[in-house]
Amino acid sequence: MTTEERCIRMDKICYSIGGRTILTDFDLLLEQGVNRTILGVSGSGKTTILKLILGLLEPDSGSVSINGLTITGLKEAQYREQRKKIAIVFQGGALFDSMTVGENVGYRLFEEGRLAEREIEEIVREKLRFVGVEPALDLYPSELSGGMKKRVAIARALAADPDYIFFDEPTTGLDPIGVYNICNLMQRLQADGKTTLMVTHDLATAFATSQKFTFLHQKRLVFDGSESEMRACSIPEVREFLLPTEQSLFV
Amino acid sequence: MQDFCALSCRAAARIFRKPGYYRDFAIQFDKLGFGSLFICFLTGLFTGMVMALQFIIQLKPFAATSYVGGMVAVTMIKELGPVLASLMVAGRVGSAITAELGTMMVTEQVDAMRVEGTDIIQRLVTPRLKAMLLAMPLLTILTDVVSLLGGYIIAAGYGINPTMYLSAFTQFIVPLDYLEGLVKPLVFGGLIAMTGCYVGLGTGGGAEGVGSAAKKAVVASSIMILMCDFFIAKIIVVFR
Repeated sequence: MTTEERCIRMDKICYSIGGRTILTDFDLLLEQGVNRTILGVSGSGKTTILKLILGLLEPDSGSVSINGLTITGLKEAQYREQRKKIAIVFQGGALFDSMTVGENVGYRLFEEGRLAEREIEEIVREKLRFVGVEPALDLYPSELSGGMKKRVAIARALAADPDYIFFDEPTTGLDPIGVYNICNLMQRLQADGKTTLMVTHDLATAFATSQKFTFLHQKRLVFDGSESEMRACSIPEVREFLLPTEQSLFV
Repeated sequence: MQDFCALSCRAAARIFRKPGYYRDFAIQFDKLGFGSLFICFLTGLFTGMVMALQFIIQLKPFAATSYVGGMVAVTMIKELGPVLASLMVAGRVGSAITAELGTMMVTEQVDAMRVEGTDIIQRLVTPRLKAMLLAMPLLTILTDVVSLLGGYIIAAGYGINPTMYLSAFTQFIVPLDYLEGLVKPLVFGGLIAMTGCYVGLGTGGGAEGVGSAAKKAVVASSIMILMCDFFIAKIIVVFR
């Protein structure tokens, strides 16, 4: 596979909803093996980017390609095949309430129906062991803490062995130990060869888990580069995001 | 309306498509169908009793109380049975479907399913549609039977001969009435399921959004039931 065939690319993406522009001429390149974080203040359209790549939202213009195949405009059934290369850990976990932890983690495998139930159970146990919540196999999501839900969501994302894993604000609402656990898990995933794309405004997590950073401001990409480039960046919005001053106060 | 029809057609087209999600269908049939037995029983019982009571009062001056059974039967089987049972079920089930799917929408569970490669219409909509298409006619039959029993209790209380009560059925009812009494709940069941699913899958705006979506689904399905009742009756009149 060439580099072009081993990446997710967004070209000149424009997206608006209800007359409100969310993204304008947005470009992104996520190469396999290079972990990236999208930074920006709340409401800047970070999660929208993930949903556009996943085809959960349709851009007004521009195109998205996954491993060299343009997916913009594909029908839902065709899109389903492409989505198998990607998994996402949603902000709140998005675990299915009516299913146990085990059923949640094995969901995609059960849906595909390629493996026997026993094999799926083995994979589910292995993934739960990886994230450290194997004893919760038979519990329901309502019986889990916030941190456990996130870890189960990561296990679910891993179960289908995707090329890319997206994280939507994975550390929001967690205590420092929970944040440390999630960071550690992400680093272990990256060591296993998974490519991660995270959206967050948690700088510590971002710098601990990514090599490349994209900064969104006022619906546009204003910075794209490494941590050192970001820290040395002279763009006022980026500087203010890294080191908020009194001028950043709302009041 | 276009989106509603498109979703309905897609869900209907998937009824016999694999995977059938039989477990989901069974769960929905239990929740939506069996769970509505009691309200349909009560609806049928009291409607039948009050219908018999009113007919007896109206028919007594004409010495025609022997027709009470037939009048209760024809009113319940053709009209009130399907409509009242469906309205009661719409209130209970329509809001439940919308709230469940609406909550799944606002907590991104539906998005998560799509990412996992699931056809959400086949997984979430079709099992509910199938469950309602099967449950609603059965619930209506129960409502009709219980209403006739309720009517009989009142008629017996007023000294009407049981044989006369029962024999009046055949005088008043023709086979087309039974067909009407089954076609209506089938259509209404589909309407309740599809309205609940359509509104539920369009929910946004957190807990408040779920609440207002549930209300919207109940109002919309109730109005559609009443409108469709008229049009189905009108169509059947043509074949009479």
